[in-house]
Parts: sequence; structure tokens; C-alpha cells
Amino acid sequence: MKRRLIVIANALAVFAGLLVLWQLVLWIFHVPPYMLPSPWAVAKAVGARFPLLLNAFQITAEEAAGGLVFSIVVGVGVALIFAQSRWVRRMLYPWTLLLQTVPIVAIAPLILMWFGAGTPSVTLIAFIISLAPIIANTTQGLISVDENLVHLFLMHNASRAQILFKLRLPHSVPSLFVGIRIASGIAVIGAITGELYAGSSRVGEGGLGYSILYASSQLQTDYLFALVLAATVLGFGFLFLVMFLEWYFLHNWHESARAPEAE
Amino acid sequence: MSPEPAAPMIEFAGVTKSYGNAHAVLQAMDLNILKGEFVTFIGPSGCGKSTVLKLISGLTAPSGGSIRVDGMLPKNARETVSYIFQDATLLPWRTVRQNVGLGLELEGVGKDRRAEKTAALLELVGLGGVAKAYPRELSGGMKMRVSIARALATNPRLLLMDEPFAALDEMSRDRLNEELLRLRAEQNWTGVFVTHSVAEAVFLSTRIVVLAPNPGRICAMLPVDLPWPRTAALRETLEFETLVAQVSHELRGALSQ
Repeated sequence: MKRRLIVIANALAVFAGLLVLWQLVLWIFHVPPYMLPSPWAVAKAVGARFPLLLNAFQITAEEAAGGLVFSIVVGVGVALIFAQSRWVRRMLYPWTLLLQTVPIVAIAPLILMWFGAGTPSVTLIAFIISLAPIIANTTQGLISVDENLVHLFLMHNASRAQILFKLRLPHSVPSLFVGIRIASGIAVIGAITGELYAGSSRVGEGGLGYSILYASSQLQTDYLFALVLAATVLGFGFLFLVMFLEWYFLHNWHESARAPEAE
Repeated sequence: MSPEPAAPMIEFAGVTKSYGNAHAVLQAMDLNILKGEFVTFIGPSGCGKSTVLKLISGLTAPSGGSIRVDGMLPKNARETVSYIFQDATLLPWRTVRQNVGLGLELEGVGKDRRAEKTAALLELVGLGGVAKAYPRELSGGMKMRVSIARALATNPRLLLMDEPFAALDEMSRDRLNEELLRLRAEQNWTGVFVTHSVAEAVFLSTRIVVLAPNPGRICAMLPVDLPWPRTAALRETLEFETLVAQVSHELRGALSQ
């Protein structure tokens, strides 16, 4: 507990240091506010436009969460198919790499063209970009079961379905969470990137990505900074939520999920 | 139905096992293990000790010869067989009680019957107090007890054990050896055991089979005529030490062949 407090105090000290440095740069180099607003100006922008900011935050959060949940459902489903045989994996696995390598900025305009601007398209983009790590990690978890455990199940005449659902699937949960942790970060990035292309075009209805585009075109740099801050908070929020769920589900059993204090 | 003392539980006739083109892991093994026996396989690494258990359980098929378990093909005899591995192989997401009930659950035994049976077995191995704990909270010795309870829950008539106590410290190992014999006296199963430890082999067995490597084969067979019940005090007797010396001598022979 004490160690945790020290960590938090350290983080706060670094944050305060950065703010001081930021203000010093402004004073020393006389940077105009439309290039770099002061920390105080950003704070004021947050206060002044809080309802708008919150609205954008909520839209992006919903798109990213929707994409993430969808990719967990589909990703686990695909992984269950991949776990069935080495042959299926050899044939289909390379195609999931395509998901990872295709640049999302390149296909976002296509999706916009096919499905129109708005939340569904952005959710789809967040889904596509966060799918690969879920598939890869869950598949790994499903197939990396200790051989003796499989033997144990076979000795009790377990069926294929029993081995899959009572052994492989629960065994894959820690790996699934590794995948979700990675995916949660990139789902937020995907949602914001998607909005740059496919966000709602009506002012006040777009998420963070769209608002960033709008603020930069209007040279509202203080609000732009506020939006970047909100995007960061969103990313952190997702990560903390996933880490909490991971702890909640795994602290009883998985060695690597053990809190450092317990070791 | 009590097992007839002379009926064979396991019959190996000319059993050979090799992987690919490599040296035979086992070469033309003939061996009968009778119901009620406790037979230990001992030998240097590479002599095919673990392969013998894999063959009896039907987890691997022999390359030649025939194997019968309780008169059946190994795969068809699995209902009467339980396997204890070198690691406790517990499912970390299940409590102790749920782990012990695993075999019964897979075989479709109802919930009430399962609860009754697992509770009785946990008492038997002295783990009644930790039924709701998770495996990570247990010591190595306790985990192995859970593993034993799980194996016995399905009422096996044949228990296969692959160096189950190898990872434990000597004191835990000795205690678990004594408990294993107590459980055997109560439940009357046939035991096939694999170990590196000569003292353990002598303490547990009715018969010791010494294997030699390259290719794996039987190089000596020693009956263990020590009195029952065997307790900790037995380890200090002259007869025990004589037998340990004798088995060690045979093992050295197996190594130099």
C-alpha cells in the first residue's frame, strides 16, 4: 500500500513538473496561444465547453466500447474455430494478419463510402482494428494447454466438447485478457481515427476525433488540447476498466494475475 | 465382487514401442501384473518407464505386441483406470472440491452424488478444511493430495502413478508414501508406480521391475516381501536396507549394460 502511494506521488510530481516546463517554454519563447495555449487556458477551455466535451467523450467511448465488445465476441468465436485443428489454423491464420497489417487510415474512406458517416461506421472501424489481438491471444491460450491436462481429460473419457469448454476455454481466459488489454487501447485509437473520416458531420454530434478535426480547422488550439486530454483519459479509462476486470476474474487462480504484494 | 488374487490386471505380450526411426523405447516386453499387486518401475532415464504407463493407459499405442488391461484393450479399460501425473495438474480456476469432482463430472455423475463423494475423499486425504480453497493457496504436498483424491474419486481398480512425488521434499514424500499405502489397504486397487527413488520403490511395492535403457527392457524383477502394514518404522529395519541395497545394485547393473 505504501509503495503504491509512492508511485502515485511520483506520477503527480512528474505531471506537475511537465506543467511548469510547459509554462516556462511559453514565457521564454513567447509562443503565441494559437500555437501552444497555456495550461491554464486549456483548463479554462475544459470548463467553458464541458458539456460539449463530455458529449464528444461519450460518443467516442460508446463507439470504442461497441467495437471492442464486438471484437471480443467475434474474436473468441474465431479462436474457438482455430483451436479445432492445426490444419484450420494453417489455412486461416495468415488472413488474420491481414487485419493487423492493413492500415486503418487506408480503409476508413472505403467504410465511409459503403456505410455512410456516423456511429455505425466508426464502431466498425474500431472493431476491425481491435480484432486481431483478440484472435491471436485467445487462440494461443486455447492451444497451449498442458499435455498432461488433456491426458487427464482423456483418461476420464471426456468428449471433444468437454475438453474445449471445460479445459481449453477457461485455460485461455488469461490470454484473452492480454488480448483485450491490447485491443482496448487500439479500439480507442480506431474510434478516433474513424471519426476523422466518418464522424457525424453535424457540429456538436461528433465524437472526439471529429471535434479534433473541427477545433484544428478553427484554430481553437486550447479546445484541441482539451480534446487530446479527453482522448487520453478515455484510453486510460478503458485500460483501467480492463485491468480491473482481469483482476476480478483471475485473482483467485492465475499465477501471473497475482498482485505483486502477494509474492 | 472382490478381485481374484491370481487374475491378471495387466498383460504385456512382446510389447515394442518406438517413435519414428529412432531406437526402440521399449523392446519386446513380456510382463503380467496381477490384481492387487503394487508394481514399481525403476530405471535410469531413457529406459521407457513413463512409456509403460502411457501404453497401459492407451494414451499411446504400441508399435508391436499386445496389451490387455483387465482383459480389454487399454482404451476401453479407462473407466477402471486413474492416472496421477508428476505435476498435480490441477485446474487453477476450480476450487479444491471442484478439482476432486472433475473425473466424476466428466463421467456424468450427478451433483449430489459428486458432492458426497468428493467430501468423503477430501476427508480421506486430510484436506476437509480446504475444500473451498484454490490450488494456488496450497503447498506442493497438498496439491498432490488433491490430485490423489481426484484420481480415487472415480473408484479406479487400477492406479497409474508417474513419479507423483518427485517434486516434493523428502519428508512430504515419506508421509504421502505412507498415506498412499493406507488408501490402498482401504480401497484395494492395483498400483503401477514409476519413480527414481529406490527407497520409495521398496517401501511401496509388492514387486519392483528394474528397467535398462537403449533399448528399454526389463533387466531384473525383485519381489518385495516386507511385512504389512508398512509404517515409517519399516524404513529403519535391516530387511528394508538390504532390499534398498539390492535394488541399487541392480540399477547400477542396468546402467552399465
